[in-house]
Amino acid sequence: MIGGLFIYNHKGEVLISRVYRDDIGRNAVDAFRVNVIHARQQVRSPVTNIARTSFFHVKRSNIWLAAVTKQNVNAAMVFEFLYKMCDVMASYFGKISEENIKNNFVLIYELLDEILDFGYPQNSETGSLKTFITQQGIKGQHQTKEEQSQITSQVTGQIGWRREGIKYRRNELFLDVLESVNLLMSPQGQVLSAHVSGRVVMKSYLSGMPECKFGMNDKIIIDKAGKGGVTNEAGKSDLGGGGSTSGKQSIAIDDCTFNQCVRLSKFDSERSISFIPPDGEYELMRYRTTKDIILPFRVIPLVREVGRTKLEVKVVIKSNFKPSLLAQKIEVRIPTPLNTSGVQVICMKGKAKYKASENAIVWKIKRMAGMKESQISAEIELLPTNDKKKWARPPISMNFEVPFAPSGLKVRYLKVFESKLNYSDHDVIKWVRYIGRSGIYETRC
Amino acid sequence: MTDSKYFTTTKKGEIFELKAELNSDKKEKKKEAVKKVIASMTVGKDVSALFPDVVNCMQTDNLELKKLVYLYLMNYAKSQPDMAIMAVNTFVKDCEDPNPLIRALAVRTMGCIRVDKITEYLCEPLRKCLKDEDPYVRKTAAVCVAKLHDINAQLVEDQGFLDTLKDLISDSNPMVVANAVAALSEIAESHPNSNLLDLNPQSINKLLTALNECTEWGQIFILDCLANYTPRDDRESQSICERVTPRLSHANSAVVLSAVKVLMKFMEMLPKDLDYYGTLLKKLAPPLVTLLSAEPELQYVALRNINLIVQKRPEILKHEMKVFFVKYNDPIYVKLEKLDIMIRLASQANIAQVLAELKEYATEVDVDFVRKAVRAIGRCAIKVEQSAERCVSTLLDLIQTKVNYVVQEAIVVIKDIFRKYPNKYESVIATLCENLDSLDEPEARAAMIWIVGEYAERIDNADELLESFLEGFHDESTQVQLQLLTAIVKLFLKKPTETQELVQQVLSLATQDSDNPDLRDRGYIYWRLLSTDPVAAKEVVLAEKPLISEETDLIEPTLLEELICHIGTLASVYHKPPSAFVEGSRGVMHKRLPARTGSGEGTECPDVGNAAGGSAPEAAPSIIPSQGDLLGDLLNLDLAPPTTTGPTPSTSGMQMGGMDLLGGGLDSLMDESEPLGGDIGGSPAMGAGFGAAPTVMPASLNAPVGGGLGDLFDLGGGVGMPMGAYIPPKTVWLPAMKAKGLEISGTFARRAGVIQMELVLTNKAMSVMTDFAIQFNRNSFGLAPAGPLQVLTPLGPNQTIEVSLPLSTVGPVMKMDPLNNLQVAVKNNIDVFYFSCQYPISMLFVEDGKMERQVFLATWKDIPNDNESQFQIQDCHLNSEAASNKLQGSNIFTIAKRTVEGQDMLYMSIKLSNGIWVLAELKVQAGNPNYTISLKCRAPEVSQCVFQCYEAVLKN
Repeated sequence: MIGGLFIYNHKGEVLISRVYRDDIGRNAVDAFRVNVIHARQQVRSPVTNIARTSFFHVKRSNIWLAAVTKQNVNAAMVFEFLYKMCDVMASYFGKISEENIKNNFVLIYELLDEILDFGYPQNSETGSLKTFITQQGIKGQHQTKEEQSQITSQVTGQIGWRREGIKYRRNELFLDVLESVNLLMSPQGQVLSAHVSGRVVMKSYLSGMPECKFGMNDKIIIDKAGKGGVTNEAGKSDLGGGGSTSGKQSIAIDDCTFNQCVRLSKFDSERSISFIPPDGEYELMRYRTTKDIILPFRVIPLVREVGRTKLEVKVVIKSNFKPSLLAQKIEVRIPTPLNTSGVQVICMKGKAKYKASENAIVWKIKRMAGMKESQISAEIELLPTNDKKKWARPPISMNFEVPFAPSGLKVRYLKVFESKLNYSDHDVIKWVRYIGRSGIYETRC
Repeated sequence: MTDSKYFTTTKKGEIFELKAELNSDKKEKKKEAVKKVIASMTVGKDVSALFPDVVNCMQTDNLELKKLVYLYLMNYAKSQPDMAIMAVNTFVKDCEDPNPLIRALAVRTMGCIRVDKITEYLCEPLRKCLKDEDPYVRKTAAVCVAKLHDINAQLVEDQGFLDTLKDLISDSNPMVVANAVAALSEIAESHPNSNLLDLNPQSINKLLTALNECTEWGQIFILDCLANYTPRDDRESQSICERVTPRLSHANSAVVLSAVKVLMKFMEMLPKDLDYYGTLLKKLAPPLVTLLSAEPELQYVALRNINLIVQKRPEILKHEMKVFFVKYNDPIYVKLEKLDIMIRLASQANIAQVLAELKEYATEVDVDFVRKAVRAIGRCAIKVEQSAERCVSTLLDLIQTKVNYVVQEAIVVIKDIFRKYPNKYESVIATLCENLDSLDEPEARAAMIWIVGEYAERIDNADELLESFLEGFHDESTQVQLQLLTAIVKLFLKKPTETQELVQQVLSLATQDSDNPDLRDRGYIYWRLLSTDPVAAKEVVLAEKPLISEETDLIEPTLLEELICHIGTLASVYHKPPSAFVEGSRGVMHKRLPARTGSGEGTECPDVGNAAGGSAPEAAPSIIPSQGDLLGDLLNLDLAPPTTTGPTPSTSGMQMGGMDLLGGGLDSLMDESEPLGGDIGGSPAMGAGFGAAPTVMPASLNAPVGGGLGDLFDLGGGVGMPMGAYIPPKTVWLPAMKAKGLEISGTFARRAGVIQMELVLTNKAMSVMTDFAIQFNRNSFGLAPAGPLQVLTPLGPNQTIEVSLPLSTVGPVMKMDPLNNLQVAVKNNIDVFYFSCQYPISMLFVEDGKMERQVFLATWKDIPNDNESQFQIQDCHLNSEAASNKLQGSNIFTIAKRTVEGQDMLYMSIKLSNGIWVLAELKVQAGNPNYTISLKCRAPEVSQCVFQCYEAVLKN
């Protein structure tokens, strides 16, 4: 198991050091600094073995987190734990920076004591941690016996992510379907690979211990329902974008993963998503699709080398969605060779600039409606070089945000049942929003 | 709240001041002081002098202060054992506290204080806490047993804590169960033979129930523990699998990987024809792909594991090639791993895509990545025979870039391609020789020297080339020296007259002036061979080399099995068994996959590695020789210089080297293994050139001579013969394995307007074969035998007969897929055998296929544009004249030629035996090796086949 956990600043100075196992000596702290943080080469692996000691590290801005062990630990677990550690810290004091860590070092030690015991990760849900570890020092001095046992039963309990007795005057929930669409396209416009990775993020403000059921236009469910003639769910509590579109089309989900609150065995047997939600914001599920993806933009590059010292680039972008919808924050990044001496750009829409420090022409468009196209042309002057190596021509990348889900996913319903308190599904106010963003959206040129 | 100020105290006399503050009466001041102490401790200052003062602060009802003091205690108690005892009372008292959080805190902290005297006092409170009414205390106490065991194992056993811990597996609280499982698993690891975990169907059932209810971390502990269980039969195995599969949808990647581990292991026990087996295989792919959208560090862990999984069960991910394509912004460690998996998944079906990607990668910036990409192209060539030609031309393109490390890498892999496909691509040698001067890496130099030596008879100035290397002989690395020695001896045997001086020079350099025993011994062996019996020397040195196998870097099967049992763990990341990097008793136990129940298959070839070295598990990064190679290598061992290459030192040396190089990944390990294990381990592809060059194989006597003659003949044939119809090389249609010893290879030819099927029948069985007959299934163009198969004499064992079977095109017609597929049945006295083969459609091009110009023009216009298809023929270096001549040989007739802007447009017509006309327009641009061809035909489905013919004809 994890033998020790260190946090360093960018210089390699130790900010936090907690050793859990006797086999990790003090010199381990220095070994990592010398061999990894101060190493001359770029990091070649997130796992490093130095003198029979293994170091796992992740970086958050310029802070290094390293877990150390001498045993054959579960490597995936160690990384998951490090990410979780970052999440917990961030939810306590915001951004993970040297200053914040120094300011909260006592808190961090307390957390490390609680969520890692002898190197074994324990309950790390911030919801329950915050009931007894706070920034104002530890609660618990003046609690009653009931309160204390409530805390412990929650920390160890089956529903470790939610406490009893939550009350809201207004029962409300917000659903965000956030998708990032990824594309790699050949210069000829052939899709080399495309996939959508999506997340359903939920903010719930519900009283009591509500039982929720979430439904979407999952092909398997819809096909099943179609066969059995079951239509009761799709009808009334429809939350689909716009209200009328759902129920028609369904999408094939390649794979999905769920927050630990979701009953996985139930999903496995019935493919229904049921759960008792955590309070506040959390990620309900992640999913991935590869079929019938709506690619919101098409990039058509044209690069021509004019002699050895000039390059002509023309890039056309076409928006490919309903004309009534607007894409925002569009940015096209056209890489330029390292020996570029000057660039002239003309674009029809938006603003374009050559950024020498980034070796790219950055073309920004604030808004663009569907089924439109726009183009940019640039002349790139090159300095003559005797460098034999050819310019690698990095792909043209794009960023954007669109108000629909490129995978075609639609929320069909989210039902809330709370048998003990007297509010029903109809009393809950529900909001749904779809946002599609570019992931790695690249076209080779 | 700005605790950062505690980090800034750096003045002298600090300790003294702190002491005063710690003893202050004011609570707040005390707390401040302890915080300062902890901050100093963190940055590595020694504040152990303050021990008594800090411990004094322990008696407090302020929980925050208490925790800080405990933190301090855990750090320094060991250095001040006598004073630490002062704290015991407080601990014991806290263990009785009404607040469960404090009880747990006390027992948790006490377990971390590694002082014997304190552990004695720990036993009683621990016993109570294990039975505490509060689950939070119990789950903490469970871990504490593991802590205590780490300090004093005997004490834990004597006090009966292990039994209490076992009882906790039946606890009502899932988190208590999970922690008890974790603690027991850890303790069990150091008692390999104890039956501590005592997994049986009942306890497994409890674990599976807890699995549904506990935290993500608890699920990992339980799954990792489950993986150690061996179900009694396939039924139980299936029922566990069914209950574990829902975990594949967990958001935590570690839960997913641990579930994969359990499934991969238990699947071994399921019968392969079971429906559920197939279902399970299908269920495994999506979660593995999803792991690739995790953060990069986790992706890396996942990829290292996927690498193992595709070796064990390639079917799981065979359709998922695309997800392993490298993204521009992937961290380098992710890129390298993806590349590895791409090669493993490469097959005939996806090779075109893979090659296009690899070519793209070869132009990237990261040197290691580019090298690996180039190497990968070579590996594709060896793995997928159909792609070899394209791979070679891609490599040649890359050599043209003149980027130094690309060229060197390309040469190393081309050497392997030469070995795999002898007498096929040697025409590129000239290009390679141009780059001789730029080679500065030993491996590339050695590869080039091997090539020069191997093909000395085809390279006019081979002696000059080798001589130029000889000048700096002593500055070369051993690898190059050995290779140079062998190459010159080969050269001498091939051209004895001109190179006597050279060979003498190298022999004396190797034997007299070198103090490297390997080199010296090899030198002496050659010397003696050459001086005693040159004919024997020829047999030995120029013996036929064993073919190299496709899979060169697979993990040795026993190790692979062990690693599969360690999926998700560090062992799976390092691709080494835990014993290679874990000290002490832990992890010494080798895990094995369970055997399939009922059948005798079980583990696959368990002892191949052992035969070679006797210490297979340690030879982690070595390469599996196939059975045949192993034999050769053992023979080789007897003759090779025994001084340094004995198996024992090489394996241990490799292991040590491996440890230091861990960061470098597999590649560096492989490099490491070559000089050490090369000759013995027989790394078939990568290292083979070096290892095998002097290989002594009991090969047939006349093989090299005959081969050489054949080559010469071939060469002459290629240049001087008049253009005839294109005849594809013979391929094996029916391997002997599948036909009770009858091997059939063959090809199709069109001679004087008659289509002929040319068959070579070889009897590889022990008995005589008679009564041959042949029959075709219905096919697209109505091909049918025009007469009986003329095998008149019985075919004895090891006999070969060539038969030519005339074919007619009037047989029954049925559309096949692909169009040119032909299903054949061959009968003999033993059985009937079926195979299918593909004939080049050019066999069907009839002699009167030349269309009138006018007719051509009209027909071209008449055929709708939808029926037009365009293709690219790449890397064809003929001019339009030569191309036209060549095509005419195969009844593709040029009707007209037009030249527009330096581009030759050739218009051609073809008539198929069933009367279909195909019209073509071929664009040839001088200096551009890529032709464009447009085909128009009323039956557009033949276009693809026709295009293939163009390509085949033009390139041969």
